[in-house]
Amino acid sequence: MFQRREFLKAMGAGLLVSVLPNLSYALAPAGYQRLLVLIELKGGNDGLNTVIPYASDDYYRLRPSIGIPRQQVLQLNEQVGLHPAMSSLMPLWQNKEVAVLQGVGYPDPNLSHFRSIEIWETASASNQYLGEGWLTRLFRSQPTPPGFAADGVVLSSQNLGPLDGGARAVVLSNPQDFARQAKLAADQQAGAHSSALSHILKVEGDIRTAATALEQPAMKAPPNPAEAPTAPPKAVGGFAQAVNTLADILQNGTHIAVARITLTGFDTHGNQQPTQARLLAELADGLALLKNRLQAQGRWDDTLVLSYAEFGRRPRENGNRGTDHGTANSHFLLGGRVKGGLYGQTAQLAGINDGNLPHAIDFRQLYSTVVQDWWGKDAHQLFGQRFDRLPVLRA
Amino acid sequence: MNRLLSTILLCLLPLSAWAGIGEEGARHLLARTGFGANPGQIALYAPLSREQAVDRLLDHATYTALTAAPGWVHEPFDRPGKPNLSEEEKKALQKERNEHAQELRGWWLEEMRISPSPLTEKMTLFWHNHFVSGLDKVGVPQLMYQQNVLLRKQALGNFGQLLHAIARDPAMMRYLDTVNNRKGQPNENFAREVMELFTLGEGHYSEQDIREAARAFTGWSLDKDFQFVYRPNLHDNGDKTIFGEQGNFDGDDVLDMLLRNPQTARFITLKLWKTLVSPTPDAADIQRLSTLFYRDNYEIRPLLHAMLLTPAFWKSQGQLIKSPLELTVGTLVTFDLTPPDWRALAGLNRQLGQDVFNPPNVKGWPGGDVWINSSTLLTRKQFLDRLSHDAAPIRNNFIKADGQMDETGGRQARIQRLIQAGLRPIKLQPDEWTAIYHVRTAADSARLLLAVPPAQPLPADMSGAQAIAPLLLDPAYQVQ
Repeated sequence: MFQRREFLKAMGAGLLVSVLPNLSYALAPAGYQRLLVLIELKGGNDGLNTVIPYASDDYYRLRPSIGIPRQQVLQLNEQVGLHPAMSSLMPLWQNKEVAVLQGVGYPDPNLSHFRSIEIWETASASNQYLGEGWLTRLFRSQPTPPGFAADGVVLSSQNLGPLDGGARAVVLSNPQDFARQAKLAADQQAGAHSSALSHILKVEGDIRTAATALEQPAMKAPPNPAEAPTAPPKAVGGFAQAVNTLADILQNGTHIAVARITLTGFDTHGNQQPTQARLLAELADGLALLKNRLQAQGRWDDTLVLSYAEFGRRPRENGNRGTDHGTANSHFLLGGRVKGGLYGQTAQLAGINDGNLPHAIDFRQLYSTVVQDWWGKDAHQLFGQRFDRLPVLRA
Repeated sequence: MNRLLSTILLCLLPLSAWAGIGEEGARHLLARTGFGANPGQIALYAPLSREQAVDRLLDHATYTALTAAPGWVHEPFDRPGKPNLSEEEKKALQKERNEHAQELRGWWLEEMRISPSPLTEKMTLFWHNHFVSGLDKVGVPQLMYQQNVLLRKQALGNFGQLLHAIARDPAMMRYLDTVNNRKGQPNENFAREVMELFTLGEGHYSEQDIREAARAFTGWSLDKDFQFVYRPNLHDNGDKTIFGEQGNFDGDDVLDMLLRNPQTARFITLKLWKTLVSPTPDAADIQRLSTLFYRDNYEIRPLLHAMLLTPAFWKSQGQLIKSPLELTVGTLVTFDLTPPDWRALAGLNRQLGQDVFNPPNVKGWPGGDVWINSSTLLTRKQFLDRLSHDAAPIRNNFIKADGQMDETGGRQARIQRLIQAGLRPIKLQPDEWTAIYHVRTAADSARLLLAVPPAQPLPADMSGAQAIAPLLLDPAYQVQ
């Protein structure tokens, strides 16, 4: 601990971090000064109606009632395009800041919501049960530096997901509430206690640390985004609120390595279209808002956004104008250092009737890319095997 | 001198085994084998020896729930996936199932609170977390109720019988796909979990054992009313090789093989120890207890008897983190409280990570440290903070001039209050509670409420009633 602090001092980074919190991010090398924002599309978003293979006749064969008409699709190229509700993402796409990942999944997929999200969040194999989130395992073996308020914050969910099982994670609805509740956590010296009691005291300590960091003076008068030089797009709903909460605590100079925001309601077994359109609009507007606010803070180049979900949905629509649980899915990577474009493989629907899609990108390839290329940490050791990383980041 | 001293100590030693277990011992035993510990019960157990106390617990065990189950549990139900339902009918059915699921959770939590045998509920919960089935997949609350009745009936009964019964239990058969396991199209789900999670534990079987065992369970099916039926035409009558034995085995044969393996006794003994005693069992204790369990043909009661009488149990205070149910239901038990709506308490426990009838996956709740993170800890503390905030004002008006507590006054006040309508039954009554149970000082309170000394020491001049709130919020209240 001491050595690391000395090292940082020697590098001048300590000074930079404490005196110029905003500027320090502008040139962050690979490491936890770079932020990962995970977006959970809970329920299993229908990837085929998000990144739409509009040139495929098979797509319209499989989706006679819920297929998105060709002329409404926001074209990304001659083959695929985005759902029309996602128009606020198009400027980012045109700016080459969005990587569209097609066919993300894993071998031997499980179609249970619970089990499959556990596989994603623990980064396990399909038949392997790991008790801890993949980020918890990462931060245990390769910890965040001193001075971090927490390893991560969790927004719009009570579930810690990838931070479950021991990471210093804080669930925030709003920072003021948290600071108030945190007073219930006692501030005490660790002594000779049973390991059970030591664990309670450790978590109380995590809460106090985060609360103290969040209680900085700037926090008490959150900046009004409307007065910022570039007014963000109007974004309403819980997702936008969570984005604003995150941007507020970052603006305050709070150090975290990860944030996770959950957008829920994607389990669209019936009458899918209006529900998904509303959710995708909320998602795209929220992501544009996030970019806008973090760019204003000079942090966008040090932010990487990754969406995930338990699974995609069945290519063939069901009898209720909806879709059932499926396998491979489309996801997004966004950020100032992302090499925009299409990755993976567009769904091959030609032979498909009632079946599911094979995956082209293992989600652990994405995690490995984050761990190794974004944070500069060892992914091989973390996941127990090597997954090919995606060349999706600019240096 | 030293010899004399040790001789005296040696003479005294057997006495200590006969002396009463005291308030601390009684609180420990009751909290570990139930949910919280009511001071009235503590007083009942304190004068008993360890042996007498454990015997009393086991002798008072019950096998059925006292709380009346919701009426619908015995009514016929629609099969999930019933064809030709309109979107509205499906929604209505789902809504009804959700309501039933909530009522079922509330029913069990109420039973945990009022049962005259909390040990029965503790063990029923233990088996629920061992032979895991969950509503998410089972779909039918009636079947989960039926399984719960089975788990309670055998909670302190015989593990072998329970294993055979659970393999035929309709909820389990849906949860682990026994119903989809047919000759020529085996589904290995149950065969795998029965070895990995229910009997042997990982590393004591091969993939071939699983494949072959799955064939043995083919033909076990459910009839149109979702009750067990054997369908000979779906059973694979070919020879199977399991654990090196060859023959035309059926499911019961496989279960008997698993029971013949002493590893099963070790696996269960270890898990029970980690639930009731400590996360760090002594190998010799486990060896002795599991040998006994095996020799007693998997009778659960003698195993419990022996485990609760190990010296390790009596010095394990504070080594376990309370589960959400131990914390919430236990607090209600301790303070004689009843919430206005049990479903709300079930909702709180779901938030805290323990959604009964719906464990996270087939492995069940991992427990221990996993119960506590920043979110769950703050939610726990908010619950306790609200209890003490909403408590009746403390006036210390049942403390007599000589410092003793006015028990009669406390009881009269309680009766007065209970006959007045309109008071919320969740409201904590520090004055009455301390009067009735003779809780004079902060130290008295701590002895009844905590397994280990408070992390935040209390001022010596605090009354027992005043100490309740700080003790509930002390980190030590989270362990037992």
